[in-house]
Amino acid sequence: MSETVILSIRGVSKSFGGLKALVDLSFDVRQGEIYGIIGPNGSGKTTLINCVTGFVRPDSGRVFFRDKEITRLPAHKIARLGVTRTFQIMRPYYTLPAYKNLIVPLWSPRAKRHGGWRGGGKHGDRDTVAIDILEEIGFERDSRVPYKLAATLPTGYQKRLELARCMALRPDVVFCDEVFSGLSMSEIAGMIPLIEKLKMDGVTLIMVEHRLRELFRVADTVMALNFGEKIAEGDYTEVIEDKQVKEAYLGKEGV
Amino acid sequence: MEKTRRERVDRGLKARTEGIYAVSSFEEIIYLVGPRLVLIAGILLLPLILEIAPYWKRVVNIMCVYAILALAFDFLANYVGLVCLGGALFVGVGGYLAAIFNVYLSCPFYLSIPLASVCGAALCTVLILPCLPLRGVYFAIVTLMYPILFSRIIEALNILGGTNGISGIDSFPGEYIEEYAIIVAMLAALFSMRRLVSQDVGLVLRGVKDNDQSIRASGINVTAMKSLAVFIAALMGCFGGAYIAHLYMWAGLSLFALDFSIIPIAAVVMGGGGTLIGAVIGCFILVPLSEFLRFFGAFRIVIYCVILTAFIVLKSEGLMVYLQRKYHQFERVVKV
Amino acid sequence: MEIVVYGVINSLVLALMSLGFALVYSISRLPNFAHGALYVAAGYMVWLLLHGAGLPYGVSIVLGIIATSLVGALIYRFIIMRIRGMEISEIIGTYAIGLAIIEGLRWGGLRGMTYTLPVFIPGSTDALGATVDYQRLVIVGAGLLTFILLFLFTKLTRIGLALRGIAQDERAAMMLGIDSDRTALISLALGSGLAGFAAVLLLPLGNIVVEQGYNVLIFAVAVCIVGGLGSWSGTIIASFIIGFAQILTETFISTHFVMVVALIAIIVTLLIRPSGIFGKQKQLEERV
Repeated sequence: MSETVILSIRGVSKSFGGLKALVDLSFDVRQGEIYGIIGPNGSGKTTLINCVTGFVRPDSGRVFFRDKEITRLPAHKIARLGVTRTFQIMRPYYTLPAYKNLIVPLWSPRAKRHGGWRGGGKHGDRDTVAIDILEEIGFERDSRVPYKLAATLPTGYQKRLELARCMALRPDVVFCDEVFSGLSMSEIAGMIPLIEKLKMDGVTLIMVEHRLRELFRVADTVMALNFGEKIAEGDYTEVIEDKQVKEAYLGKEGV
Repeated sequence: MEKTRRERVDRGLKARTEGIYAVSSFEEIIYLVGPRLVLIAGILLLPLILEIAPYWKRVVNIMCVYAILALAFDFLANYVGLVCLGGALFVGVGGYLAAIFNVYLSCPFYLSIPLASVCGAALCTVLILPCLPLRGVYFAIVTLMYPILFSRIIEALNILGGTNGISGIDSFPGEYIEEYAIIVAMLAALFSMRRLVSQDVGLVLRGVKDNDQSIRASGINVTAMKSLAVFIAALMGCFGGAYIAHLYMWAGLSLFALDFSIIPIAAVVMGGGGTLIGAVIGCFILVPLSEFLRFFGAFRIVIYCVILTAFIVLKSEGLMVYLQRKYHQFERVVKV
Repeated sequence: MEIVVYGVINSLVLALMSLGFALVYSISRLPNFAHGALYVAAGYMVWLLLHGAGLPYGVSIVLGIIATSLVGALIYRFIIMRIRGMEISEIIGTYAIGLAIIEGLRWGGLRGMTYTLPVFIPGSTDALGATVDYQRLVIVGAGLLTFILLFLFTKLTRIGLALRGIAQDERAAMMLGIDSDRTALISLALGSGLAGFAAVLLLPLGNIVVEQGYNVLIFAVAVCIVGGLGSWSGTIIASFIIGFAQILTETFISTHFVMVVALIAIIVTLLIRPSGIFGKQKQLEERV
């Protein structure tokens, strides 16, 4: 983990009608770190991901990736630059085998440029690469799992498939939108080594999470949001002791 | 009393043809290849068979044109999620361009048809481009509008021949070229579309239909993909229009007629959306039917629409899916 | 000055044509491609009642509008309700129905003679320096009145509020006990009734011609796109924009280009501001 800032968010605001989803939000993410974002429901976490990755246009503010401004770029261009995201509600190709779901990201221009494999257009190339990626992400290679229909995969594998979709692009930054949600303890235990492996490969992870204990095991820095504003940032031990954070989660009476 | 239920089971023959052993016996080879052979051979032989009824040879030609249009509609609607309500736009543009190339620019037919197809496709794609980044309903609206507007404009401004159209287009040098050109074109379109949708690019296009946010997140420009799909469909449609212009040696307002928009839709819905072959089969049924209905004038469109609506409302899966099921599976009653 | 007067008239004509379509779309997200067909069908029905059954004009009008609403409701109940939610099927379905009605009328109804509906008040007058016949004045008055009434209806009555609730968020409205199917049925009946109302007002200006079915649909769609699918104020403003643009084109260029204006308006809107002037549908954004 280096000290260089890879992603910089400056003063981003977004309102939907009367609802202020993000209010003048600013933070930096250092290269190679795992940056956690926490906050109660409705605090603007998913809107933040949408604004940074180009799915929603922020009303004001700027976003910089490696010191280049990416604020108003369309989503696909931002993904091509290396900033990817997972979706909370995954919709894989249900009737296709798991590895076929990776054909789409492998077909994109970024995969062709960075992947180290050539686009070709022959079935064989992309299919093999897809299986390789799945193995990296934790699907047992020689088992039937990569070939199972995506609809029949258990949630843990579906989440991995979603991550694999990002990994196929060989990204620099991955926004993980609640990857731990809906998983059992053992499935989470299986995901953590994967996260750590990604970090070791140099990928910067920004994880929006509700499962605080699991997040704190891996996160280097944590930021807390409430009603679209940043209320705390720093090491997780500081953040969970912060009075505003406690109030946000537990309410004034609970503190 | 014994309870029974119906069960559908794959035929033994189908199960045996699923792996490498498919080539181990004639029976299996015929099972796999048979339908395709029948289709191809049947169509290729049709003009020869119809020597006894020459009028119907022209019907076959028109049938193939509609089949190409229906393939384009099926591709756009069921593989990319764009419902094209105005196939007549492509036909009209292709036909008039072919007339321009042939009559005003003196290109021979083997140049005017390809040129009209490509230029027409480019023009149509540009015309449709503004609505591509938006939701599907805008595409439907815009494609619905264009053929109606173009025919009104041509009529009102009396350009491009006005209501008289452009005549004097060369016909094909030989009868067999006339017939087989379109038949070969249709078979080529059918098999290349099938190939296209099973390629990786086809998967991307299907993603554009089902889950375009995920496609964007993978770094693919969805609007560019849609433009590509529209271009391919327009290419097919304009080719059909150019062919018709040379077939009738005339290009007129009727190229923008509703028939070219509605018959492909009805054919696809009848034949089974998403199967591609269903589109062709639907045309093979509807176009001869339209010949019989010619007597009724505008009523035939009502009939197409009624058939269309019936199939949609009854949520029928289409003829092709039904036939495939019958071919691959059989039903039996089983005790519960 | 004439241009202003004719512009206002034309704008309200367009607004009346578009109301039905706008209403149905804004409430139930259903693009009613049969809108134009219902317009022509209404005119034909009134004609039948008037000349065929010999009923008095006023009665024919009222019955005609009611009949059109019924047709709309029936279309919903027996056809659209079954394919609700499947966007492709909805589009193809309403299109096919509209086509069937228009072409059916072309074949079985409107042919041969010219079909006309009499004007309400014959004669014309001078309004601000321009010659305007009374029918057009009636149109202006009726148009403004309709808009005001509809505005009040949706803002004040319970049904109106329910319709707005469904328009904003169908699922939330359903959870609050508002029956989505019933409101869609009502909206389609209302929309069809409005199409009939527009037909009754506007058709006396000319003949009942089947082509009007397509024209009305195109104009309605153009107005709704420019104004923003789902916005009342947008619809009115867009009607004025396109209405005046058409009058200006007609005056300074030629009558033939009037349709082109609608096309250009749609294209320009889609290029510059796809959601329309006041569109609430941010189709590109807030979907994730």
